[in-house]
Amino acid sequence: MKLTKEEVEHVAWLARLELTDEEKERLTGHLNQLMVHFEKLRELDTTDVEPTSHSIPVQNVFREDAVGPCLPVEDVLSNAPEAADNSFAVPQVVEI
Amino acid sequence: MNLTALTAHELHDMLKARKVSCREVTQAVLERISAVDGQVRAYVTVTADQALESARAVDERIARGEGIGPLAGIPVAIKDNMCTRGTLTTCSSRILHNFVPPYDATVVEWLAKAGTVMVGKTNLDEFAMGSSTENSGFFTTRNPWDLTRVPGGSSGGAAAAASADEAIVALGSDTGGSIRQPASFCGVVGLKPTYGRVSRYGLVAFASSLDQIGPITKDVADTAQVLQAIAGKDPLDSTSVDVPVPNYLASLRNDVRGLKIGVPKEFFAQGVQPEIAESVWKSIELLKSLGADYKEISMPIMEYTLPTYYILAPAEASSNLARYDGVRYGLRTKHSPDVITMLMRTRDEGFGAEVKQRIMIGTYALSAGYYDAYYLKAQKVRTLVRQAYDEAFKEFDVLISPTSPTVAFGIGERVDDPFQMKLADVCTIPVNLAGIPAISLTCGFHDGLPIGMQIMGKPFDEETILRVAYAFEQNTDYHNRKPAL
Repeated sequence: MKLTKEEVEHVAWLARLELTDEEKERLTGHLNQLMVHFEKLRELDTTDVEPTSHSIPVQNVFREDAVGPCLPVEDVLSNAPEAADNSFAVPQVVEI
Repeated sequence: MNLTALTAHELHDMLKARKVSCREVTQAVLERISAVDGQVRAYVTVTADQALESARAVDERIARGEGIGPLAGIPVAIKDNMCTRGTLTTCSSRILHNFVPPYDATVVEWLAKAGTVMVGKTNLDEFAMGSSTENSGFFTTRNPWDLTRVPGGSSGGAAAAASADEAIVALGSDTGGSIRQPASFCGVVGLKPTYGRVSRYGLVAFASSLDQIGPITKDVADTAQVLQAIAGKDPLDSTSVDVPVPNYLASLRNDVRGLKIGVPKEFFAQGVQPEIAESVWKSIELLKSLGADYKEISMPIMEYTLPTYYILAPAEASSNLARYDGVRYGLRTKHSPDVITMLMRTRDEGFGAEVKQRIMIGTYALSAGYYDAYYLKAQKVRTLVRQAYDEAFKEFDVLISPTSPTVAFGIGERVDDPFQMKLADVCTIPVNLAGIPAISLTCGFHDGLPIGMQIMGKPFDEETILRVAYAFEQNTDYHNRKPAL
């Protein structure tokens, strides 16, 4: 199985990465190279093996539903590239 | 006396006896940074004013006759992927070049409570993705033992700072070897604790099921001391585990009698330099002469750990790095006619090549139709890795291997060969997949460059690997050697 440039463009869209043509070329080659290594896992029969998502058996972690301190709005917005009215500002998203 | 060359426990004794003030110690470290960091380039940010301020507070406590804890007044370097309130936290990425966190990571807060003096934030491969710091979005750190070579990565800045006496102790993070491999390359001690042992709150997430914070120090006693300060359950990190924190200092005994060592032969294959294998074997023989016993074993699953890691880690990274969108913090492209263009262009401008590549791999591995073949498969293989360790630990107390297959390689040597670069982590990655603890310490030199030995332990049994490392250190003098800078 070989990834095409079109598939790479699709994955880039899913990842919200704008790539230059040169980057697309390079990544297509590179991903294909890595896929060869990934194929190695097919050698292993894992039919009856449970997947491990975390190495420790932590299930749900509960705490009291108590109100705690939180950051002041000005601290939260202090890194915003653009802020207005106690909110993060972005280019217009809806037609008025 | 050269204060910066001392360890935390040596400086603590001097501070307590009032032979030296915390201001003098801090000043000495800041001067050392001024003198050598132009060559080493370990730091992204040096926090001199803040450090002197913290030092003054410790000196006042000493002057008032108050007792001080073992880490009070000790200058510490923090890898620049841990949040520090009011101080730049960049992950060595252009996308976070201006990010000033409004809160402290739990480890930063706990170290501050212990009275440590933060002197700066250290360089890393962008978002901790790499093995050499060459993927830093800013500059490459140099190995203090040979400035033409890499310090390892991704915590290369932290390891180089500890090695070059630009800090007394440091904190790194380890997702596939990022504490142990640079510790090995720079000739210092590095410990990756058990997954869940140390809170990751405020650690910028890379691969959440693998990331763990740990100490990088000049000797084993200091590693135990720093671990003592950062280990424990944190309500702010639900993956930190409520297992009692033992007294790690008490485990530092020069005694390995009756210890059972397993030596998995797969860790000595895969391109391990003969000099490294020889040096690690010599060290195992030394432990045997001190009363330990060893047996060579086989763990065939290890052959599959590299592809497993290079599916799981990028998959988790692609999800974690979705948050960098130019909306709430960090870089926003100047070209923002609409939200989608803003988002996509910000990410293109802000991320470096390696990060983009891993996001692409991860997104692909998680995308519809491929999830079962890649991500789920890798998670299943991960179970087999953990089972192989569980099996080995039924018979052995620790497993020993090289930390890295090679000594520090030259800057630029491997950038065009990504698979060679990834091989640098072949001995360390299995440990993260299984979530077990492991320590790296110097066990020899080749061509004037340090060789690292890795001691792996049972989950939450940091005590035993610390004891074995301590006993080894007490019977060798590698830790006393310093790079000539």
